[in-house]
Amino acid sequence: MNKTLATTLLATSAALAPAAAWADTGKLLLTGGVSTIEGAAGGGLTPWAVIGSNATDEETGATAFATHVGTRDYAMNAYGAAVGFRDRFELSVARQDFDTRDTGTALGLPGLHLRQTILGAKARVLGDAVLDSDTLMPQVAVGVQYKSLDSTGLDGTLTALGAKRHGTDVYVSATKLFLRQSLLVNGTLRATRANQNGLLGHGATLGGKEDSYRLQPEFSVAYLVSKNVAVGAEYRFMRDKLTRAGNAAGLGDGLRSGDWKDVFIAWAPTKNVSLTLAYVDLGTIVPATSGNRRQTGYYLSAQVAF
Amino acid sequence: MKTIRNSLALAAFSLLLAGTALAQPAAPNTAAAPGTAATAAPADDQLYRAFGEKAGLVALMDDFMVRLLADPRTGPFFRPANQERVKEQLVDQFCALSGGPCVYRGADMKSSHINLDIKKSDFHALVEVLQHSMDARGIPFRKQNEMLALLAPMHRDIITPKDTGTQP
Repeated sequence: MNKTLATTLLATSAALAPAAAWADTGKLLLTGGVSTIEGAAGGGLTPWAVIGSNATDEETGATAFATHVGTRDYAMNAYGAAVGFRDRFELSVARQDFDTRDTGTALGLPGLHLRQTILGAKARVLGDAVLDSDTLMPQVAVGVQYKSLDSTGLDGTLTALGAKRHGTDVYVSATKLFLRQSLLVNGTLRATRANQNGLLGHGATLGGKEDSYRLQPEFSVAYLVSKNVAVGAEYRFMRDKLTRAGNAAGLGDGLRSGDWKDVFIAWAPTKNVSLTLAYVDLGTIVPATSGNRRQTGYYLSAQVAF
Repeated sequence: MKTIRNSLALAAFSLLLAGTALAQPAAPNTAAAPGTAATAAPADDQLYRAFGEKAGLVALMDDFMVRLLADPRTGPFFRPANQERVKEQLVDQFCALSGGPCVYRGADMKSSHINLDIKKSDFHALVEVLQHSMDARGIPFRKQNEMLALLAPMHRDIITPKDTGTQP
């Protein structure tokens, strides 16, 4: 983790600390998930039906996180916080800063960073992922994420493609801990218009309308190796919405996207801290300027709970 | 559209696969009515043996009670109790649950907890203390979870329902 991230995390923690006393009670370690890059509690790339923080039925808890992702041609920092109310509602905020590196330069925008803010809300509808271990009933939650991309030098390009800078995702997640097997499974179905998670806006109209909501499934599995270590994998389908617009703009399939996936190990050294290391494959991201390479790399994340 | 349909089909299939593969050993008693201790004892006694049989369970409960009394979250619930009796009943209950040759003859979970105003956080605290005791007894994590999977459904009878609304 670089210095800026560490500082950000510390600053965020310090800012939140007075707001909530350290929750002395809580859930089984790691069964509450970690912070996703979008701020909601879940795996690294996919939200789960769990409510963030250690807070249970009559408590309020909070988490703060910082994440760094480095792929072959790009880098991203994300940080944010979530508050869980009575293990029922979750509010989250995340800020993503995507460094376009050589792609920005190739587009005549050297030093281009795409930054977006994600406001999220999630409500647990039914079930208890951990305690209902004698039934197949999962914990189910519904969530919404409003994504807003900052204005940058790329605005003109996005407008030309017909992509909007703001958009809303809606999802439903089902999470089940098979306690006897020490295995946690999550499935999420997301309705979205986002291109590359919103970093390239939402939808497109150039070359044909491609701006309606589509359903994208996402999956996570995690095996609890010990009380404080989990290993797992995630798969997040990501619909390619920009290829047609890219074609019309004379880029061939140079804007196509691919599914996101990762394998991870998460470690909770204490009840209030978790660290996650992952190998990620984010498919192609603007392959026109990144040599058609799959964006593989690492993901490092730290979360503090209050 | 085709891609989406394929991914959805794949998604449904994976869930189904995960569900059926895991469900069979995990849910021996899905039809149990709420209000009863919804736990079917396993067919064999491998878990009972992993916990060190009767002697192992007695030692576990001795350790567990010490920790329960020492923990500020759980102590208040157990200090007024007849601790020796609670330990005996826990031994019988764990023994029967894990496939051992015991019969639990104590009060049912619901009536024995009804007046205690137990919150979900209290229940979690107890599980955490139990994990510490099982760690101290050297019980492997996987075996701990097998036992917890049999105990966790009791939350429906042990946690006091809130006056407002239902507990889903």
